[in-house]
Amino acid sequence: MTRRTAPFIGPQGEELSIARRWHIRRWIVGAIALAAVLWFVSIFVFSDRIRWERVGEYLFYEHILNGVVATIWISLAATVLGLVLGVLFAIMKLAKNPVLKWIAEAYIWFFRGTPVLVQLIFWFNLALLLPYITLKIPFTSIGMRWDTNSLISGDTAAILGLGLNLSAYFAETVRAGIMAVDRGQTEAAKAGGMTSSQTMRIIVLPQALKIIIPPTANEFISMLKTTSLIVVVAGNDLMTNASNIYKQNNLVIELLIVCSIWYMFMTAIATYLQSLLEKRFGADRVRAIRGTSIGQRMLDAATGAIRLPVRNGGKGAR
Amino acid sequence: MSESNSLLVQAKGVRKSFGTHEVLKGIDFQVHKGEVSVIVGPSGSGKSTFLRAMNGLELIDAGSLIVDGEQVGYSLSDGRYREWGDGDWAKFRSRIGMVFQRFNLYAHFDALENVAASLIHVKKLSKAKARERAREQLDRVGLADHSHKRPHQLSGGQQQRVAIARALAMDPDLMLFDEPTSALDPELVDEVLETMKALAEGGMTMVVVTHEVGFAREVGDSLAFFDEGIVMEKDEPELLLKTENPRVRSFLDRVR
Repeated sequence: MTRRTAPFIGPQGEELSIARRWHIRRWIVGAIALAAVLWFVSIFVFSDRIRWERVGEYLFYEHILNGVVATIWISLAATVLGLVLGVLFAIMKLAKNPVLKWIAEAYIWFFRGTPVLVQLIFWFNLALLLPYITLKIPFTSIGMRWDTNSLISGDTAAILGLGLNLSAYFAETVRAGIMAVDRGQTEAAKAGGMTSSQTMRIIVLPQALKIIIPPTANEFISMLKTTSLIVVVAGNDLMTNASNIYKQNNLVIELLIVCSIWYMFMTAIATYLQSLLEKRFGADRVRAIRGTSIGQRMLDAATGAIRLPVRNGGKGAR
Repeated sequence: MSESNSLLVQAKGVRKSFGTHEVLKGIDFQVHKGEVSVIVGPSGSGKSTFLRAMNGLELIDAGSLIVDGEQVGYSLSDGRYREWGDGDWAKFRSRIGMVFQRFNLYAHFDALENVAASLIHVKKLSKAKARERAREQLDRVGLADHSHKRPHQLSGGQQQRVAIARALAMDPDLMLFDEPTSALDPELVDEVLETMKALAEGGMTMVVVTHEVGFAREVGDSLAFFDEGIVMEKDEPELLLKTENPRVRSFLDRVR
C-alpha cells in the first residue's frame, strides 16, 4: 500500500499535514517473529556440535565439486530425456489410435504409480532381469551385445529412472498445454489443407511448448534435488559423494549443510534462468495473443473431462 | 456475374445432430460456380454448421453433400463409398478457402508466415516462392506494410484481412466465410466487407454466413434464410428482402 503524499488543503488554501499511524501491533508481531527465527538459527550457528570450519573446508572439496557437476549434468540429461519422452507420450495419449492411447496411459500410470526410489533401484539392478543387452538385425548374426552391469552405472540408472519418471508427469503437462491451444488454430490449419501430423507439428506443438516452457524450469529445479535420491544406487552426484565422506568421518550435519548450500546455490541460479525464460516466453505475451488467460485454459483443459452435461448442446454458432 | 451452369455445391437432405439435438434437418442448397451465396438466420439455425460441413469441419449424418465435385468425406469406388483418410481430407481442403469468425490466425507466426504456411507445407512451394506469393496476397488485401506483424499487433479488421489473404493464397475453387465480421468492432467491419466485395466482383465463388444484409444486397447473387435447421427461404437478395414471410421479416428488420 502506498501512502498519500499530497497534503490536504484547508478552507483558506493552507496545507494541513497528516499524522502518520505507527502500526504498533505490526512492530510487536514482527519483533516476536524475528526473535523466534533468530533463536532457531542461533541453535545451528552457535552450536558447538557443528564444526563450521569443517563446513567451509568441505564446501570446495574436490569430491564435493565433482558431485555438484555430476548433479547438474544428471539433472540436465534426465530432464531432457523426460521432456522428449513426455512430448511423445502426450501426443500418444491424445492420438485417435486406441492402442497408442492405452500404451501411453499405462506408461503414465506405471511411472506415476510407483515411487521413483523403486524405479531407480530397478534400473540399477536391470542386470538381474537382463544380464546382457543385445541389439541385432533379426534373422542374422549381425549386431552388438553389452554386459548390462557395465552399461548401467549408477549415473545411467539415475538418468533412466529420473528421466522416465519425469516423462510420465511431463506428458500430462504437455497434454494440458496442447489442449490449451485454441481449437481454432487446429481448424484453421486443417482448413488450410494441412494433415493432422502437420497441424500438430507446425501449428499446435510450437504454441503448446511456448505455454509449457516456463513450467519446465520448475521441473528442472525439482529434478536438481530429486537427484539426491541417487544415493541409493551410488551414482557420483553431490549427495552420494557427501554421504561417502560423512560415512567415514561422521561429520553428518556438516556435510548435509555443505550439500544444502550447494543445492540452494544451484536452485538460485536455476530460478534466475527461469525468470529469463519466462521473460522470453512470457505468459503475458501468450495471453495477449490468445485473449483468455493461459492458467484458465490449462484449468479448463485439465477439468474438461468432468464437464457437466449441457442441455442445449450444439446451439449457437458452431 | 458469370452464370455458368456447373454446380460447385450441391446439398440434398443434409442432416446433422449434436447428441440428441438435430441442427440440420434436411438442407437442400446449391451454389453455382462464380456465385456469391449469402446465408443469414438466427443463431442456432444451423447456418454455421452447414458451412463447416462443406469442408468437413463437421461431418454430416445423412443426405448428400457434393462440393467441388466430391461427395465430402467419401470417394466412390467399385460401387461403394470409401471413407477418406487424412491425406484425402487435406487434399480436398486445400482447394477450399475458409475464413473464420474469430480469424484464427496462427498466433506464433507473423502475417506473412500465416499466409505462407500452407503454401510451403501443403503446396510444397520453396520458401522464397511462398513468401513472394504471400507478399502478393497481403498486398491484394492492402496489408503489405504489416507483413512482419504478429496477429496480436494487428486490429481485428487487419487480422481478418490476413485470414482472407491466407485462404486466397491457396488459389481456392470456393471460399467459405463463417460470420467474418461478427467479432469485429463496428468501425472495422467495412474494411473487411470491402475486401470481400472486391473478391466477389473478381468472380470468386463464395458462400458467406453473415448478418450483413447490405453485403448480400450489394454483391450477393442469392440470399438464403436458415431457421431451425432448414432453408426457410432462398431467393435473389432484392426479392428475399421484400418477403412477406413474418418469421423472415422480423429477423431482417432486427439485423438491418
